[in-house]
Amino acid sequence: MATVKSLTLFGVANKATFARSFSTSKALSAKPMTVRDALNSAMDEEMERDERVFLMGEEVAQYDGAYKVSRGLWKKYGDKRVIDTPITEMGFAGIATGAAMAGLRPICEFMTFNFAMQAIDHIINSAAKTFYMSAGRVNVPIVFRGPNGAAAGVAAQHSQCYGAWYAHCPGLKVVSPYNSEDCKGLLKAAIRDPDPVVFLENEILYGVQYPMSDEALSKDFVLPIGKAKIEKPGKHITLVAHSKAVETSLEAAKELAGKGIECEVINLRSLRPLDIDTITKSVTKTNHLLSVEQGWPTCGIGAEILAQIMESEAFFHLDQPALRITGADVPMPYAKSLEIAAIPQPKDVVAAVKKLLKVK
Amino acid sequence: MAKNVFKDFLNRKKHIIYNIEFWKTLGLLSKKNNYATEATFETKPCKLYRLEDAPSTSVTLNKEDALRMYTRMHTIRRLETSIGSLYKEKIVRGFCHLYSGQEAVAVGIKEAMRPHDAVITAYRAHGWTYLMGVEPLGVLAELCGRQSGCARGKGGSMHMYTDNFYGGNGIVGAQVPLGAGIALALKYKGTDGVCIALYGDGAANQGQVFEAYNMAKLWDLPCIFVCENNGYGMGTSAERASAEVNFYQRGMYVPGLWVDGMDVLAVKECFKYAINYAASGKGPLVIEAATYRYSGHSMSDPGTSYRTRDEIQEVRQTRDPITSFKEKIISTELVTADEIKKIDGEIRTTIDDATKKAKADKEIGLDELCADVYSINLEPKIRNIDPFTPLVHKRIGPAVNFK
Ligand SMILES: Cc1ncc(C[n+]2csc(CCOP(=O)(O)OP(=O)(O)O)c2C)c(N)n1
Ligand SMILES: [Mg+2]
Repeated sequence: MATVKSLTLFGVANKATFARSFSTSKALSAKPMTVRDALNSAMDEEMERDERVFLMGEEVAQYDGAYKVSRGLWKKYGDKRVIDTPITEMGFAGIATGAAMAGLRPICEFMTFNFAMQAIDHIINSAAKTFYMSAGRVNVPIVFRGPNGAAAGVAAQHSQCYGAWYAHCPGLKVVSPYNSEDCKGLLKAAIRDPDPVVFLENEILYGVQYPMSDEALSKDFVLPIGKAKIEKPGKHITLVAHSKAVETSLEAAKELAGKGIECEVINLRSLRPLDIDTITKSVTKTNHLLSVEQGWPTCGIGAEILAQIMESEAFFHLDQPALRITGADVPMPYAKSLEIAAIPQPKDVVAAVKKLLKVK
Repeated sequence: MAKNVFKDFLNRKKHIIYNIEFWKTLGLLSKKNNYATEATFETKPCKLYRLEDAPSTSVTLNKEDALRMYTRMHTIRRLETSIGSLYKEKIVRGFCHLYSGQEAVAVGIKEAMRPHDAVITAYRAHGWTYLMGVEPLGVLAELCGRQSGCARGKGGSMHMYTDNFYGGNGIVGAQVPLGAGIALALKYKGTDGVCIALYGDGAANQGQVFEAYNMAKLWDLPCIFVCENNGYGMGTSAERASAEVNFYQRGMYVPGLWVDGMDVLAVKECFKYAINYAASGKGPLVIEAATYRYSGHSMSDPGTSYRTRDEIQEVRQTRDPITSFKEKIISTELVTADEIKKIDGEIRTTIDDATKKAKADKEIGLDELCADVYSINLEPKIRNIDPFTPLVHKRIGPAVNFK
């Protein structure tokens, strides 16, 4: 019976068309929702919609997820579709990738992306490159997701951003959402996408509530991968950020607004493809650019953005050299004061903006 | 399923010969000052895998040994209790994994180790750090992120190091091949030192563990792989994660031993045997130490959703490694209850004082954000958060491994 049912569902799912997407949303009747719940509802809705979608990872089933992102899913969908794995990242990432090759749509959860380093060969060599190597014959529709970036007080091995690592690799799509709407719309898009998607969440934001518009609450809410969102329009300088750094930038923008400086804050949402058009347009208007990220500077996301701006027409619109605000170029220390010093704070952004705009 | 393992444990206890009269007739108890200078205990035998001869099940202790072992176990327990409170006070941050319940494993192994043997373990490392020579203040201050910490507050709970102790690794399974590599170095340098590489029942499934077994066997590395089977890897019982839960047999071609990890004497005897085996050039061993963790996986896990409170209580009441050892050494009149009381008081004072000191201590200065990234830094300046305030690299820590 199960097979018959899933076969029909496969048919439906194959025909399903992508919903209209919204890059900006109205917060008219906005309901607050945590990032955690937004991710949870995205998985829940997509599992309901498509029988091929299943979740696999450490502690995702009976424990409801190490960070409770998969809460309730095992109860609802059972052992077949929510699978607890042993602590064997290389093995289960390979198994999930193989299942994707054979037509399923796995969501492969890493307890954190630090542990995905155990499995990075499958993410890159097996998932990212197969479609190309097979000349378009073998799809790998898989989502690798989990918390990424600096956590709090967990020291160097558990605190780093992999945005640049994955964005470096052709064949992967890389998403780094900021708030609840981003998470819901982009995770649904990632699950529906026929290519491998690396979906970088932020542990510190899991418990934070953000407003969800009516559109975002709908089961058809899907955001396009590869499109940035202007979080706050402004005319004096463009701040480009992803994940938690969006918040840092918004806080800085708020402070600067009090001094008459209007920042345009761009939430990248997607690191690969990178929405350079939105950045370019903004720079054409503001003539100043500052990238903000928590990851390391060398070969980072900011480095890529600045290089692309240099290579384009947008360069001629800059009144000042573009600058980067990044994590300090050191492994993450445990001690609290050092940890704070290693990650960009709003004050760092404020100082850099002032320097760029030559205001006191 | 976890219940079965647990019942098995219960059946295994009560193997110590408490009968003082018996020892007296053997002349092993001298009744000077009304207590013994030496006592012999029977332990639960090890289970063997691909081995002919077994570790001895008879362990003789003198008073000094007994007091040292008791002190070490109890110090670790108090240390962890204090760390738990510091975590609740939000002074210890991030992940914090306590070792309470598992003390007999580390203390028993340490009893059998020689000064030139090495250890590497995972993130449940506070007890080992202390055993390998870091004073309680060094451990506590590290957890508080303060400058008296053994890693100057830069490593925190999971990353502590000292002579012959290579951490403190937060990546599950990674310490196992590292341990084999340390063993390779010990052999390469012509010492007869061995490396003890400890990992959990959860970690036992990582692929690199098996890669390490293979090379260690192929090259006869003096590595003792120790699986601390505490029944759970986070919220997953060993039975739900492992197709074969006899972890001492999982090295296939690597001989193995199962030892009661709640009995410090059994562990000590087992490792005397194992170290002798590995040091004599016979290659690696896989040892499963059956143990139990009382707390949740880390401080953020209440530890009661995947096991019952009764289960935890039962272990505490019937198999606690410290209580049972205390009973043994008191009932054989090796030490008196008063002596134990005195030691308990001393340990309490030591840990309380160290805790106070750790809390009052300062964090290192911001100039150390960029210290010890490299042994030889080749970049004139290291980039900071912005391009305007570059950091200057510094060397601070004396390397413990280059001598
Ligand atoms: C490669 C990797 N995957 C996952 C984790 C997260 N994690 C930390 S401890 C742990 C459970 C390990 O259990 P076990 O090996 O039995 O050791 P125990 O905690 O019981 O001492 C997990 C899944 C990690 N640190 N590293
Ligand atoms: Mg375990």
